[in-house]
Amino acid sequence: MRAVDAVMECLKAEGVDVVFGLPGGANLPTYDAFVTGGIRHILVRHEAGGGHAAQGYAKATGKVGVAFATSGPGATNLITPICDAMMDSVPVVFITGQVRTELLGTDGFQEADTLGITIPIVKHSFMIQDAKEIPRAIHEAFYIARSGRPGPVLVDIPMDLSRDEIEYEPVTDVRLPGYQPTTEGNQKQIRQAAKALAAAQRPVIYAGGGVVNANASEELVEFATSDRFPVTCTLMGLGAFPAPHPQWLGMPGMHGTRAANYAMDEADLICAVGARFDDRVTGKLSEFAPHAKFIHIDVDPAEISKNIPAHIPIVGDAKHVLAKLVIEYRALGVDPARLGAWWERIEGWREKYPLGYEDSTDDEIKPQYMIQALYEATKGEAIVTSDVGQHQMWAAQYYDFPAPRRWINSGGLGTMGFGLPAAMGAAVGCPDRLVCCVAGDGSVQMNAQELATCAQNKIPIKVFIMDNGFLGMVRQWQELFWDGKYSHVDTGEFPDFVKLAEAYGATGMRFTNKQTLVDDMKRAIETEGPVVVDVRVTPEENTYPMIPAGHAAREMVG
Amino acid sequence: MSESTTKEPLSLEGLQASGSLRTGRKHVLSILVENKSGVLTRIAGLFARRGFNIDTLTVGPTDDERISRVTLTVDGALHPIDQVTKQLHKLINVLKIRDLEPGDTVTRELALFKVSADGAQRGELMQITEIFRGKVVDVTKRSVIVEVTGTTEKIEAFEGMVRPFGLIEMMRTGEIAISRGRSET
Repeated sequence: MRAVDAVMECLKAEGVDVVFGLPGGANLPTYDAFVTGGIRHILVRHEAGGGHAAQGYAKATGKVGVAFATSGPGATNLITPICDAMMDSVPVVFITGQVRTELLGTDGFQEADTLGITIPIVKHSFMIQDAKEIPRAIHEAFYIARSGRPGPVLVDIPMDLSRDEIEYEPVTDVRLPGYQPTTEGNQKQIRQAAKALAAAQRPVIYAGGGVVNANASEELVEFATSDRFPVTCTLMGLGAFPAPHPQWLGMPGMHGTRAANYAMDEADLICAVGARFDDRVTGKLSEFAPHAKFIHIDVDPAEISKNIPAHIPIVGDAKHVLAKLVIEYRALGVDPARLGAWWERIEGWREKYPLGYEDSTDDEIKPQYMIQALYEATKGEAIVTSDVGQHQMWAAQYYDFPAPRRWINSGGLGTMGFGLPAAMGAAVGCPDRLVCCVAGDGSVQMNAQELATCAQNKIPIKVFIMDNGFLGMVRQWQELFWDGKYSHVDTGEFPDFVKLAEAYGATGMRFTNKQTLVDDMKRAIETEGPVVVDVRVTPEENTYPMIPAGHAAREMVG
Repeated sequence: MSESTTKEPLSLEGLQASGSLRTGRKHVLSILVENKSGVLTRIAGLFARRGFNIDTLTVGPTDDERISRVTLTVDGALHPIDQVTKQLHKLINVLKIRDLEPGDTVTRELALFKVSADGAQRGELMQITEIFRGKVVDVTKRSVIVEVTGTTEKIEAFEGMVRPFGLIEMMRTGEIAISRGRSET
């Protein structure tokens, strides 16, 4: 069969039920194969939209997302999704067309060195040099993308090779001698960790996206509740521990809660699980958690001791390690009462510094209230996606995620325009769930073209634009750290989002009244098909509390 | 860190952090990689992206045509060597890395020196070459090319000796290394 038909067979063998993509010259053969290939393909309007949709699909379902693009500009438009998937460890396979092999290196039409450009931002990549390699490369790509620490894998296929006739046999034995992720965790180290936890007077569990990726949420809850361990989850880990919960401290870091940050600051032992001590969490590294010893559990050995030297390193995935850790810990028969004083201290911070804001006394919608209203209108049960910025932080602060894979955002790369296509992908992957995108009025425009894809394919995402007429987070930093001199952050009332939604074939709404907001939102959610809601909020509201960049947790303001 | 298997309690104060330490010495990493296009780019790109500096780098075939050996040297005073090796291990095409212990390793480098030397100076230059067990591989009326093999220290010592003659240019291969004894590197 043609190599491209073998590609379809490989995708089916990998359990792929949907592909997001856009055809072009160099992948015409592949698109010919889609006609009878038996794989659902969703035509996006920009390759970046397709890439982020594949990410949203992967994050919501836990399966590998797939995005296709042609050579040259098609492939370069995928750069942001590829890099985003790398930063946030999202399993996505990107399959790009390439010019014919005889044109490689000649600056042919729509030629780009896709492999070379993407080397720093992929987990791995394959440049096909012989059509016979294609099936194995595709299966290896899926295996690498989903196993160990997940990530993006690229397969670049020259057009002439994709048309070659090959003998296709299903590949069932993927063997990569240079790639053998450690998942189990060293038993002695795990025992050591259990003992350290038993010895700790002020422990904190600091969990991240690795818990979500390993589907280890249940194990995390069991571990945390095997004693009264306080738990904080990073932006990527929200939902891994159900909020609200008596042991839940909130998110740590720059816009986290004081309870979480102060607890880390005073902890004598921090147990990091699938988290990587990002600078947005640690603040000034030399003053981060000055009294703490560190247990670091991660499936990626390179994360351990990268930023913070670990005292008890454990290489393994969260699911395996936490399950064993619980057993070891229970065997020690530790008295939970010893944490009484620590909890008193934490409760003191919780009472003194709850998350809060000054609400309006009239109809004005405060952005924080908008998130609370969304929580109420969705009963906390929606999958929520976001872009990056103020709206993202408020969503993280005020929408209590009760389960993993409900919160889908661009954490590491901080990509504007991520949320809308990610919502599209999540909705395709989870057709029975309500999927809402909380977007900024600035960022939503960076991939608004995918509303056409949603309208055409009846993908019923509900987009709530937190419209303050500014690039809000940059405006906040200019206000706080650049003497209030605003430089190019005012976006005005452009475009008219209601008309824009209607032009794309979606339903457009505009809400401006706090008093009716919850009911209005319910109405938007009940409306069929894709809906875009322009929610006018206070223009110059700041995201608090905040640890200024490069400062320590104790220096939190607001 | 003590590893006990008894129920003996553990003291947090006694725990020592590991990793991210700078060793302060040169490290010779012997790396087996799959012989596939782009592997060197991945290694070089990784070093550039993480801010690691490669001092020397050599690549050559092994007795298995599917596998190549990369020998590179890194300054452990500037970089946490465990981060360098862990990041290298993440590359799918990297099969094995050995951080060779200086005492258990034989290292060699080949260098070619083009030195100004007319009749009067040539004799002295030949003597020095003899002492360093080098070889004169080309002579013209005004210059000599000398080949020297040895450790980096020996090459650098030879360079110091011939520089006063007028060193026109120098080519060095970078180090290759092999572990002493019966076991494979």
